[in-house]
This record gives sequence, structure tokens and C-alpha cells, in this order.
Amino acid sequence: MANIKKEKDKDKEKEIKTLEDVVTHYCPGCGHGIVHRLVADAIDRLGIREKTIGIAPIGCSVLIYNYLNVDFQEVPHGRAPAAATGIKRAQPDKVVFTYQGDGDLASIGTAEIVHAANRGENITTIFINNAIYGMTGGQMAPTTLLDQKTTTSPYGRNSTSAGFPLKVCELLSSLDGVAYLERVSVSSPKNVVKAKRVIKHAFEVQLANKGFSLVEVLSQCPMNWRMSPIDSVKWVDDVMSKTFPLKKFKDTERVRS
Amino acid sequence: MGEKQLFKGNEAIAEAAIRAGCRYYFGYPITPQNEIPEYMSRRMPKIGGVFLQAESEIAAINMVFGAGGSGVRAMTTTSSPGMSLMQEGISYLAGAEIPCVIVNVVRGGPGLGGIQPAQSDYFQATKGGGHGDYHCLVLGPSTLQELVEFVFLAFDLADKYRNPVIILTDGVMGQMMEPVEFPPEVDILKLSPKEWATTGAKGRKKIILKSLYLDPLELENHNLHLQEKYNSMQEEIKWEEMNTKDCDLLLVAYGTAARVSKKAIEVAKEKNLSLGIFRPITLYPFPYVQLKEVVKKGKVKKILVVEMNMGQMIEDVKLAIEGLVPVEFYGRTGGVMPVVDEIIEKAESMLKVNTLKGVM
Repeated sequence: MANIKKEKDKDKEKEIKTLEDVVTHYCPGCGHGIVHRLVADAIDRLGIREKTIGIAPIGCSVLIYNYLNVDFQEVPHGRAPAAATGIKRAQPDKVVFTYQGDGDLASIGTAEIVHAANRGENITTIFINNAIYGMTGGQMAPTTLLDQKTTTSPYGRNSTSAGFPLKVCELLSSLDGVAYLERVSVSSPKNVVKAKRVIKHAFEVQLANKGFSLVEVLSQCPMNWRMSPIDSVKWVDDVMSKTFPLKKFKDTERVRS
Repeated sequence: MGEKQLFKGNEAIAEAAIRAGCRYYFGYPITPQNEIPEYMSRRMPKIGGVFLQAESEIAAINMVFGAGGSGVRAMTTTSSPGMSLMQEGISYLAGAEIPCVIVNVVRGGPGLGGIQPAQSDYFQATKGGGHGDYHCLVLGPSTLQELVEFVFLAFDLADKYRNPVIILTDGVMGQMMEPVEFPPEVDILKLSPKEWATTGAKGRKKIILKSLYLDPLELENHNLHLQEKYNSMQEEIKWEEMNTKDCDLLLVAYGTAARVSKKAIEVAKEKNLSLGIFRPITLYPFPYVQLKEVVKKGKVKKILVVEMNMGQMIEDVKLAIEGLVPVEFYGRTGGVMPVVDEIIEKAESMLKVNTLKGVM
């Protein structure tokens, strides 16, 4: 018995994991690393590493292809859902996902995400909402909260001149092509465990050929929020989650014909 | 080759693409090329292909990115304003070395311009168009027969060089009808496999198709590699010559403008004017050396560049000629076509001045 167990363990060791063993470039306390791990975990658990193709966005997480051991295409800012559409149409038997920040998905790429969702493209989108442009140094994002100070809203976001935080899940929930929509956060171990289950489910929705799935992750950006990592997770719970409530918006049973 | 069939230019492009092995078409409606997406929307579902009407030209070119990066023959078509929107995507395609075919059925600009034929996107097509050091291969057909053959050639060249290929044509070619013979159909299964494509990391290391190189030396090396590739494209150079050995005045024109110019040569004969034509067929790479040779070997006194724009290819002609003979320009723009009489009038005036100088 012990021998059989040892053999099994050896097999597991041989199995290539999706999360690469590399040094991170993300800032201390950043949420991206956690979400990368959750995506990698979902891919491993579903055994789909060898048939998964990811799309890297423009932003801090453009380098996601360094962390996940799957094929990747790096595409223009905001266009990930269009490129994912091209991949999925050419390779319908593969698993295709985009990983996009709020500037990428909710600002420059609004048209692409809305239309990919509306077509019910059978792809999965991991949407990182940290209410700020991280890579360019903390400018106002479409998801920046009212009164939130950024380098381009130094007096706080004013709705009269800069509009309101864009609520992506609420916006997409009215589209018939959308199969699964849920907003989670990675602000506490409890929330991370929840996010882990939700991200895996989003991939399951694609595997079941149900159509477009998107998980919005409220993610902390201590560096650009000018906060300590501890304060930043508190801010996600106490402030950000008020504007962007954590909840399931849609989970269809329908399978595409 | 099969039998001759009467085809409209735009529909010939679509049919040629399908026969050349394209099963993935992404496009957005814009005049004067709408017959292409319409044809594709009819045919693709019947042959197991994909037709997708994108939400914009921006999305269309990025769908081509995704499909092309998957290793299949993918295509989009558009007209000038749409081509401007695609420039970002084309720069990324060139940077990530993803093959694809793009047809620009050019109309007059700038801005919304008009819907009538023009050649005013020559600079955009041949000099990069988007940001960064890159080039697309550019083919400029002047008959519908050439157009269908170039669609086949474009897919082959795209695969050979892992580079976007542009067919630069115009509303005249898109809307006119001519008999065409299609080359033999390409067997998709016999195309060489693309081992660089993102098809899932099964039994191999992961593949990343990207254009990001944060280390300046790495990016410089990438650009040097691209440049080497562009230099190697010299072997694809194509051009046509007519009456170049004995002419006094050499016309240089491509595409539709070359059709009109050829007619002008015939009519000029009756007026005892000796005209010839040099027609660049590959617009990138441009036949610089070949054009200069023609001028050096013949007795060309002057060159007249005829274009349907305000003078774009003339810059390449001047670069090629290196001041050997004077180069002048005749062009109509905004969708107005240059006509034979106008070209002859201009030719006459150029040769007359020359004769007078000779007498004095």
C-alpha cells in the first residue's frame, strides 16, 4: 500500500503545475498575485492546462504570461475579448480566458467586453477591479470611487466632471449572452476561498458550453492607494464593497445550442 | 486553372480567399467593400467556416489576431476609414509576427472623405501605418485576375514571413466586373503546420505571442530580427514593364492608375509620343533597383508618376531614380479618376519643354 501511495505522489510531482515558480514583480500587498494563484489552481483542478489559452491585457498584469504555464497571447489595450473571440472561434475545443484590469476592460475596451458578452462568446473573463490605473502610476480609472483621490483626480473624483464608478457586473447582467457573472474580493482568507470557488466555476461554465462567464475581483492596490497592505484590504471591505457589492448576478442553467 | 467566370471584384476577393484556405473572416461593414462580408456571410456557414460581423474594425483586426495566432488562415477587409482604425492591431500583429491578410478597398479621404475610388492610403500601407518600426507586405493588383491570384499569394506570403500582408486596391477594382480564372483550390490539411501558434501547451513548452519587450536591448534585437525579415522580402519584388526600352517619357503607376496609363500609351502612339510604363506590383517592398535600371538602360528623358491622390508613390519613385531624370506628377483625387486625355496633355507638355530646350 505504501508503495502505491508513493508512486501516486511521484506522478503528482511529475505533473506540471500551472503556477510558475518565479519571483513576482507585483508590489507588496497587491491582489494580482492572489488571483493569479486562484486562476492557476482552477486550471489545475479542472485538468485543462494543456488546452488553455490565456489573453494578457495591457496594465500591471500584462506579465501574467510569466506566472502561468499556459499558452498566451498579449494583445492591444482593451481588445482581449476580441482576440479571445478569434481564438475560441478558431479552436472551439480549447479553453480561452482573458485577464483584464479596470482600465483595460471598463475604459478603453468597453465596446469589446460588451459585444463579446452579448454574443455569448464561450470564454471566461477574470476582471480585476482595483479602482485605479496601477501600471501608469495611480491615475483615475472608470471604477474609481466618488471622492477617491488619484493622480488625475487630486481633489477626489467629482461626478459632475468625471462621472460615476462604472459597475461592470450590473451593466453586463442585462445581456442575454451572459451565462455567469459574479463579483468577489480577495480581501480576507474567507473571501479568497470564495473567490477560488467562483473562478473555478467560471471555467466550468465555459467547459459546459454555456456561454460568456465573468468574475469581477475587487483587488487591493496599496501602492497607488497610498495605504498599507492592511489598510487597503480594510478599504476593500469597508468602502469599495459598498459601491461594488459582492454578489452573484447571474448563473444560467442554459447550454448553448 | 479552372474556367473563366465573370466576377465582381469584391466577390472575387471573397471567393479567392475561401479557395486559398481561409475559413475565418472577421469584418465590419464599410463602402465600397460590403460585397465581401456579404459574400462571406453566405458562404462560410456552408463550408464549416466562420463569418463574424465584428462590433468595429478595431475588434475585427483583433479577432484576426486571435485566429491568426491560433495558426489558421484569417482575413479581414475594409476601406480607408476602417483601415485607420485597424492600424493599432496591425502594429501588434507585425510585432508578434502573426500572419494574416488584410484587403483595403481604398476610397477618398481624409476623414470620412467619400466613397469613390482613390489611392490615397499608399503612405499608410507601405510606410508602416501604425506605430513602431514595422512593415506589411503590400500588393497592388491592376486586374481582377491579378487580384484573385494575389489573394492566394497574400496568404502564402503571410505564412512564409509570419507577417500581415495588405492587398491595396480601390473602389474601381472592388465594384467592376471582369472574367477571372481561380487558381487550384488550396487543401488546408496540406498546409505546413504552424508550430509557433498558441494551441495549448500539450507536450511542449508554453508559447507566448507578444510584442512587449521591456528590456531595450531585447527590443532592439527583436527589431533587428524584424528588419532582417523585411530585407529578405526583397525576393518577392514584382513589377511590370511596357515599352520601357524605347520610350522618351516613362509613366510610373500602380493599380487602377496603371490601367488608365496603359491606355494612354496606346493613344499617345497615334500622336507620335513615345510613352512607356513601369508598374510596381509589390508596393512594399518597392522595386527601387528595378526602376532605376530601366531608366539607366533606356533613353528615358523624364518620368511622369500618375496616381489617384495628391502625390504619394512619387516619393518612392524619386528615391529610386536618385535624380537621374526629372520626375513630375499627375494625379486626381477625392474619387476623381485621371483620364487618358489629361495624361497625354501632361506628357505632351513635358516632352515639348524638353524639345525646346534641345533646340536652344
